[in-house]
Amino acid sequence: MPVRPPHPRRRRASVSMPATIEFAQVDKRFGNGVAALQALSVAIAAGQFVSLLGPSGCGKSTVLRLIAGLEQATAGQVRVDGRPAHPGAAAMSYVFQEPTLMPWASALDNVALPLRIQGMRRRPARENALEALAAVGLADRAAAYPAELSGGMKMRTSIARALITRPEVLLLDEPFAALDEITRHRLNDELLALWGELGSTAVFVTHSVFEAVYLSQRVLVMGGRPGRLIADLPVALGYPRAPTLRLQPQFTQHCASVTEALQLAEADAGAADP
Amino acid sequence: MASPRATRVIPSAAGIAALLLWEAVVRLRGIPPYILPSPSLIAHTLWDNLDSLLVSWWYTVKITFGALALALAGGVLLACAFALSRTLELALFPFAIALQVTPIVAIAPLILIYVDSTTASLLICAFIVAFFPVLSNTLIGLRSADPNLRDLLTLYGATRWQRLRWLLAPSALPYLIAGLKISGGLALIGAVVAEFAAGAAGRETGLASRILEASFRTEIPKMYAALTLVALTGVAIYLASNALSRALLGRWHPMHFNAGGD
Repeated sequence: MPVRPPHPRRRRASVSMPATIEFAQVDKRFGNGVAALQALSVAIAAGQFVSLLGPSGCGKSTVLRLIAGLEQATAGQVRVDGRPAHPGAAAMSYVFQEPTLMPWASALDNVALPLRIQGMRRRPARENALEALAAVGLADRAAAYPAELSGGMKMRTSIARALITRPEVLLLDEPFAALDEITRHRLNDELLALWGELGSTAVFVTHSVFEAVYLSQRVLVMGGRPGRLIADLPVALGYPRAPTLRLQPQFTQHCASVTEALQLAEADAGAADP
Repeated sequence: MASPRATRVIPSAAGIAALLLWEAVVRLRGIPPYILPSPSLIAHTLWDNLDSLLVSWWYTVKITFGALALALAGGVLLACAFALSRTLELALFPFAIALQVTPIVAIAPLILIYVDSTTASLLICAFIVAFFPVLSNTLIGLRSADPNLRDLLTLYGATRWQRLRWLLAPSALPYLIAGLKISGGLALIGAVVAEFAAGAAGRETGLASRILEASFRTEIPKMYAALTLVALTGVAIYLASNALSRALLGRWHPMHFNAGGD
């Protein structure tokens, strides 16, 4: 795999083309017979920020894993950049709900990991990692180990690691769910700023209506089980978005319509999940 | 939680207190040395026989560390092989368990018959006792890597070697060290027990032979002197493995964090 030159601070123009993601009549059934997705068809435009919202167990994470190529569709096709999804099909990064850092390595070495795997030598990888940590405001904590960092700092490190490869596709699986509201709001803004610079296609799984509306250009509401698309709602709010947006009527209106769709999804799912 | 200073002072203070109590009881009660020698007499005997005892001690130490090195190499290699091949694990693990559960005193006489060199048979016995904890712990460690990190490495297209280097080996290390802590003590026990089974024959002999020899002559203080060396060696191995653990894991593993962490 060729090493792509990572310069986390550079402007949108220099970025590799973000990828288009397409689901065509995708079914996913697990080995134990559980149907996770049924006839899911959706297309996500290159560079779009999309949120996946829905009750637990509706297959949101499965959608991310299918895009990443970590799972294979039982029927139908998942395409990234026009090619069938498989690990390494496009430059992709994944941010999990847990920071998922290597506890035995410093923040710097954790962030450098993707570059090291791509074959970059230790020193340039660390230089890039320091830049990426600086972009999330953690340059002064580069030598700290995960156990020495707060929850928010760990998640920032995890995001820096995800961005260091300048991914075409950024997959985020409830990354801020475990954080307190203040930290979560701050990280929302930081994520938007970084996404604005990179121009990646971002797919963000969340349980929070407000987070989905605040971050994305489009909210996909899913219902279960098996998981399928209930509503596809555009968010007609421009970028950059400021925290004061949360107080404005058009934000509240969007939240109301997404909530309505979510209630529909939940009613549809019935007693699917406790 | 005890302060770092207390964790150093309390064990030594307790040890010294126990020795003083022992000394006092022996003296005040007038217990004869052939029943229970006092610590001072044991120390004296140890000093008088130091040269010859140290030769035996060195022999036991060589067997112990030789066996431990073999156990480490064998256990880690076998664990890696098992982690790569489920078939191999299913086929060979029963043998490892059988070796582990059969008492070494029962196997030692056979090994002594089959193997010409006493040193080699002692080494084999001590190895058999010591290797299972390394194997079993390392295997668990290799399997306990964070599944999300596994996925992440898959996503970035890591090779098998990179997976081992960046994820599996560091994940297994705390488990390996825990196994090594157990195996260190077991290797010493194996070396001593096997020598008991071998009897005091041969020119090159370890501490077990000296204990046997002294017991034949009912030299109780000398038995205690040799025993003291065995015990001190065991404690030293334990402390060394703790130091190794701290050096390798101290910065990141919760085991080594002081109170109030997180």
